[in-house]
Amino acid sequence: MGIQTVDESHEVSSLAKYFKVWILLFVLSAFSYMVDLFQLQGYLRWTLVLMFMMLKAAFILSVFMHLGLERFALKTLVLLPPGAILVLILFMAVEGQYTTQSREFNFSQLWQQEILDFKDHHSPSE
Amino acid sequence: MQSQSNTSSLQSLVDDWSAEKQAFQVPWGKLMMWIFLLSDTFIFSIFLTAYMNVRISATAPWPNTSEVFALTIGGIHLPLILIAIMTFVLISSSGTMALAVNYAYKNNKKLAVKLMLATAFLGAMFVSMQAFEWSKLISEGVRPWSNPLGAEQFGACFFMITGFHGVHVSAGVIYLCIVAAKILAGHYDGRSLHIVEITGLYWHFVDLVWVFIFALFYLW
Repeated sequence: MGIQTVDESHEVSSLAKYFKVWILLFVLSAFSYMVDLFQLQGYLRWTLVLMFMMLKAAFILSVFMHLGLERFALKTLVLLPPGAILVLILFMAVEGQYTTQSREFNFSQLWQQEILDFKDHHSPSE
Repeated sequence: MQSQSNTSSLQSLVDDWSAEKQAFQVPWGKLMMWIFLLSDTFIFSIFLTAYMNVRISATAPWPNTSEVFALTIGGIHLPLILIAIMTFVLISSSGTMALAVNYAYKNNKKLAVKLMLATAFLGAMFVSMQAFEWSKLISEGVRPWSNPLGAEQFGACFFMITGFHGVHVSAGVIYLCIVAAKILAGHYDGRSLHIVEITGLYWHFVDLVWVFIFALFYLW
């Protein structure tokens, strides 16, 4: 129950585990590259890309960075705060959609014509 | 220790925080590295979220990364090949780093140092390939403010995100070399080699960030 136990008791025996995860990371990377090579598109592409991404991230965090062996207090320190990012992603996605819509509207020919008409009716010479 | 965390991890959290002593039972250097990496997580998350935002709102077509980063090797046209090789180099370096940490805790100093230097070498290789990729795109006219291949935001995102990641890899190479030199000089003799694990945390984080950049910027 000291500072040392978490690290050292596990290091000695787990060489095989590292090699397994290492190979697994290679395989998962090869899979995500193949998603692009075979030009998979649409929902299938996004699902596979995100799935391989999350799996790789989970293996690196839990095995290579030993987060799986740490006490729950440290796990919450590392994993809880980034949850706030999900809110940011949601907001920025909504905002991005709004920007697209207003750009498509404002850059359209119809709207340009309306601006010209408006200027004709309200010319500074009046 | 293991069984305790399995039976009631929530109870261990309460115990750690309610005890009148330090809340995190790890060496302080390791805890500080985790907190630094947490702040770095936010920086990279904000970059990637900004990239998502401008990509959604760009009206010009986004360049096809599969073709932009394609190379023709030996007469064969290979899409995204450079990025794939860079990914494999970085994963290899993560593997050597994990082994270095393992041997450091077995007190095999020599092998740990060798593996750390191998990791640094692979990291330098990664940065070199990134430099090649940058000069290729710059010669094609891509700039942070303009892009002849399509949406201008592509240039801004590319140089910002991969540049910031490349700086992290370069800093990691220097960090690894310094720690390896200090171990060889006997700076940590008679003490635990926690420093190797702390350095490893930083290095694995750089690999972790690349996993997200690879998926979200290059494959999206």
